[in-house]
Amino acid sequence: MSGEPTAMSGLDTFPKLLARNSNVRGDKPASREKDYGIWQTWSWSDVAGEIRALACGLAALGFQRGDRLAIIGDNRPHLYWAMTAAQAVGGVPVPVYQDSVAEEMQYVLEHAECRFAVVENQEQVDKLLEVRDRLPKLETIIYHFPRGMRHYTQDFLHLYADVQDKGRRHDQSNPGLYDGEVARGKGDDLAIMLYTSGTTGRPKGVMLSFDNCILTAKNAAEWEGLTDDDEMLAYLPMAWVGDNIFSVGQAYVTGFCVACPESSDTVLDDLREIGPTYFFAPPRIFENILTTVSIRIEDAAGWKQAMYHYFMDVAARVGRDILDGKSASMSDRIKYWLGEILVYGPLKNVLGLSRMRLGYTAGEAIGPDIFDFYRSLGLNLKQLYGSTEASVFITIQPNGDIRSDSVGVPAPGVDIRVEETGEVMFKSPGVFQAYYKNDDATRDTKTQDGWVHTGDAGFLDEDGHLKIIDRAKDVGKLNDGTLLAPKYLENKLKFFPYVSEAVTFGSARDYVAAFINIDLEAVGNWAERRGLAYTGYTDLAGRPEVLDLIKDCVDKVNADLAGDEKLSGSQIKRFLILHKELDADDGELTRTRKVRRNVVSERYGDLIAALYSDATSCPVEVTVTFEDGRTDTIRANLQIREGEIVRAGAARAA
Amino acid sequence: MAETAAHATPHRQIGDVIMKVENVSLSFGGVRALDNVSFDVREHEILAIIGPNGAGKSSMLNCINGFYHPQKGSIYYKGKRRDTARTYESAEEGIARTFQNIALFRGMSTLDNIMTGRNLKMKKNWFWQAFYYGPALKEELEHRAKAEEIIDFLEIEAIRKTPVGRLPYGLQKRVELGRALAAEPDLLLLDEPMAGMNYEEKEDMVRYILDVNDEFGTTIILIEHDMSVVMDVSDRVVVLDYGKKLAEGVPDEVKANPDVIDAYLGVSHD
Repeated sequence: MSGEPTAMSGLDTFPKLLARNSNVRGDKPASREKDYGIWQTWSWSDVAGEIRALACGLAALGFQRGDRLAIIGDNRPHLYWAMTAAQAVGGVPVPVYQDSVAEEMQYVLEHAECRFAVVENQEQVDKLLEVRDRLPKLETIIYHFPRGMRHYTQDFLHLYADVQDKGRRHDQSNPGLYDGEVARGKGDDLAIMLYTSGTTGRPKGVMLSFDNCILTAKNAAEWEGLTDDDEMLAYLPMAWVGDNIFSVGQAYVTGFCVACPESSDTVLDDLREIGPTYFFAPPRIFENILTTVSIRIEDAAGWKQAMYHYFMDVAARVGRDILDGKSASMSDRIKYWLGEILVYGPLKNVLGLSRMRLGYTAGEAIGPDIFDFYRSLGLNLKQLYGSTEASVFITIQPNGDIRSDSVGVPAPGVDIRVEETGEVMFKSPGVFQAYYKNDDATRDTKTQDGWVHTGDAGFLDEDGHLKIIDRAKDVGKLNDGTLLAPKYLENKLKFFPYVSEAVTFGSARDYVAAFINIDLEAVGNWAERRGLAYTGYTDLAGRPEVLDLIKDCVDKVNADLAGDEKLSGSQIKRFLILHKELDADDGELTRTRKVRRNVVSERYGDLIAALYSDATSCPVEVTVTFEDGRTDTIRANLQIREGEIVRAGAARAA
Repeated sequence: MAETAAHATPHRQIGDVIMKVENVSLSFGGVRALDNVSFDVREHEILAIIGPNGAGKSSMLNCINGFYHPQKGSIYYKGKRRDTARTYESAEEGIARTFQNIALFRGMSTLDNIMTGRNLKMKKNWFWQAFYYGPALKEELEHRAKAEEIIDFLEIEAIRKTPVGRLPYGLQKRVELGRALAAEPDLLLLDEPMAGMNYEEKEDMVRYILDVNDEFGTTIILIEHDMSVVMDVSDRVVVLDYGKKLAEGVPDEVKANPDVIDAYLGVSHD
């Protein structure tokens, strides 16, 4: 942005920060990856050499300033390096969600007009080859892992290592090329294009400048006191803005080390081995870890269970106060200290969180029970609120003042205001430049003077903490005028371990109704303990016992809502358990696993109609797409149950 | 699209005959398990042996790797007659196999199971082994590196340290394949590698078999009941019925052979 101060004098792009890190802390680890069972480490000077070779290799292959480089794959150091390599020679990396099907990739690559792509392996190469005839601009594909690629003879396919070799020769015959190109980069150059997952409609290409990324990363890193001794595990999609700011932005700014997991299946093992000091995870991961712990404790010996429960009670009572530096009695402190030795310490060690100084969670609301569990163990887990358009940070919960119902105070450098409509707006150094080739959307989202619409409804409380209720456009009213915040209800349902996903309806209707997805692992475990046999998700979801179990959850939510004057009218009257899990491959969720409400209500129109009729069941048939692209049809007869409506006055008793 | 079909038609060079089975007969008392069976195995190919239950398929594999010794006929491997060879000799000559019923060490981890496949390659004697530090450690590290390559190849990183007994069936089969691969075989015998698997597990296994053949050039003899798998992966098929060879040829030929249809595929033809 013109007029904004540059990030740091002379250090206004990632390639320049890389050169600084290589000079200042050349021997410190920069990247780690587990390869053949052993953690391989690259120092900052190693990384600088690798990136230089790749950048020169790209140049030798004809990569020009301003060209877009698609990056597709799991978190791998080599793919992160490709980002910086592209930036070094004036190009723009465009990371793509690695589990996208070929058509989704085609849209992004076509829209971003990518000439080059760096991909992880054969799987991604195959996907690109499948749609290549529809991507006339795509000229060159570079792949990292050679496995299975021996018989691919196309001359536009290059092995990553070969490109680097070519680059090293090119570098020798063109001395000064790399440094010259790096020096030409400026803070207001386009640094990266990130495609939003698109809760509604086609993904939009968010353009962020170096200033956006570097200033935002730097402000937050300073606020949290991150140093080059920190270490993090990068396992969230590279195409997500958070990964770019945490694993690239903050790593380059502070010089800390980023480790990449061996594979997506081994994340929890890798977490234990790396023991990151700085950790980001969506609520789902924290839920999974807690579920695993709970299940394993139930299988433990009696005296171990007793010890666990005793000390977890102590932690639940005083753990958070001790973490926040508030007062606690001496006897509680002694018990907590004992608990740390006997339970919390070993537990954190097993989970790989012993060294964690700072943890963030965002993306979805986290259940208060789950959030409190981690904080009571002494882990400084905090919620943040952000968006791609803000280069992540809008608000962060401040140390020592954590409230489970708020997403915290504005991050450094961020201004927030709430419109009369209830919509939250922000302005910050991280505000995006524009949506690529979509001026209409840019104008709708960003005002002339740089304020950005978040699309979320919320309010600031008297202490300046921001509370988010729901997407502004989703907040609706029942026919009788009662306020309806679907997301709020859904989150309440999802806080039960048995519910993995919920979709509520009710806008312009007489009452609220809900679709529910059960959590196969948690409910499966529950069923096993009761000797309830089932064949799979659909079967389990149709069991009357399971329906009763979910009804209990719905009743509890209703009782809870009855206590809230504004929301007591929006209790859930009727619900059903869906016969299949909502899936991103079917377009029902975004790639970041948010529900696409319009797709769901369109696809299951019959079910919604049944929920708003007297029917007690509804037959359903739906086509599902498997990961390999095959489709199949699932048939089921869904039972509809009624939730118990609690009168507002009776709430306290319930 | 031809470009993406690289898997379906591997571009391997099928080489010369690596194994010759000549007029092999094997009987247990009055049961003639194999009756005058002959066929060739060529280098780098995938040869499937099919046939109804009790046709003698597993007996054939057992003769090849020296567990049974045929009463008549001869087996040549790399030009050497070996129908009286012992099992450990065939292992030393580069023949590895997997079993119809999984035969892993259930209490040991995936990694340890794969390391047992390296046993024959460990050359340091018991003295050094007992001493451990020094040459034996160096050797172990080399073998561990090889085992990790296989773990990487079969994508079983996540279960590296899991005791095999706790794994689902499909993964156990994959570990067993890994152990066979650890011996770096020239000839790999797979006895029903996909029996009892669901569709997805089968698909994975087929991919790994093709990858092994493609990446390491390993010759593979495969016993399998799933016809679609056999027709997809094998270069040639040998059909056995009551110990006799019924047919031999490329999958399409075999599929069209009326004798085979009668004996095995069970489709009526009028």
